[in-house]
Amino acid sequence: MHGPEVAWYLILASLLFVTGALGVFLRRNPLIILLSVEIMLNGANLALISFARRLGHEDGQVFAIAVMAVAASEVVVGLGLIVALGRRELELDVDKLRTLRG
Amino acid sequence: MANFLVWCVWFVAAFACVLSALAVVSFRNPFYSALALIGNLASLAVLYLLLGGEFVAASQVLVYGGAVMVMFLFVIAYLGDRTDESPWTGGPSWQAVGGVLAGAAILVEIVVAIGAKAGGSLSDEAKIGRAFGSPERIGELFLTDHLLAFEVTSIVLLVAAVGGVVLGAHARTADEERAPAGARG
Repeated sequence: MHGPEVAWYLILASLLFVTGALGVFLRRNPLIILLSVEIMLNGANLALISFARRLGHEDGQVFAIAVMAVAASEVVVGLGLIVALGRRELELDVDKLRTLRG
Repeated sequence: MANFLVWCVWFVAAFACVLSALAVVSFRNPFYSALALIGNLASLAVLYLLLGGEFVAASQVLVYGGAVMVMFLFVIAYLGDRTDESPWTGGPSWQAVGGVLAGAAILVEIVVAIGAKAGGSLSDEAKIGRAFGSPERIGELFLTDHLLAFEVTSIVLLVAAVGGVVLGAHARTADEERAPAGARG
């Protein structure tokens, strides 16, 4: 294989996943939390496609496309929730949404 | 020579990927974050091409970078800037420290898990033909080995579309209920 080995791609994938996780942990704007979840999903996708290359079979790529479809659904539902929050003129801050707290 | 060129492309794409991911997490305005995520998706598509995933790279750009991100940008523009969050100001709270520690723990966990499971065998790669990752191969796999996953994915998308409509409609009725009260007061 020309260029870097699969291990390099895996290092990059884990860095992406952790960056997204940090976004979910540290930010309070639900829009940015959704975007960070997208970064985590993309890190997982990169790992799947690297392993597909390593094994020489496209199963990992098929799985990555299924992950993309799930990500699209997740975005639809998440953005629907955020739009519902916005229509009720609530502040977009996950720390301030505490009606469900017992 | 070809090897050197691939390394160059890899470095540029990987650098752009990590930088834009950090930008998504650190921008205050979600609109800029979404624009940075488009850059992240594009550089990931380059990496997918280097790994032989032609069809995945194309669908990444079309579906993710196109459709999903346009939806994101529309919603962000619709809602406007209505958050008081000012990240990265003031000292670190215990929540921020805990978040960074948890992120570091996840990184160590991933590295240990992959290293223990596949560490020695990562460098011996399978030979691939020219058709690897082509639309024909992916379509064939979807309709033979992964037919169930294919059908379940279509149902997931359908349910998500219905869910989006239900959530939007629910918010609209709540709005209409409140509108007369606002007119009176």
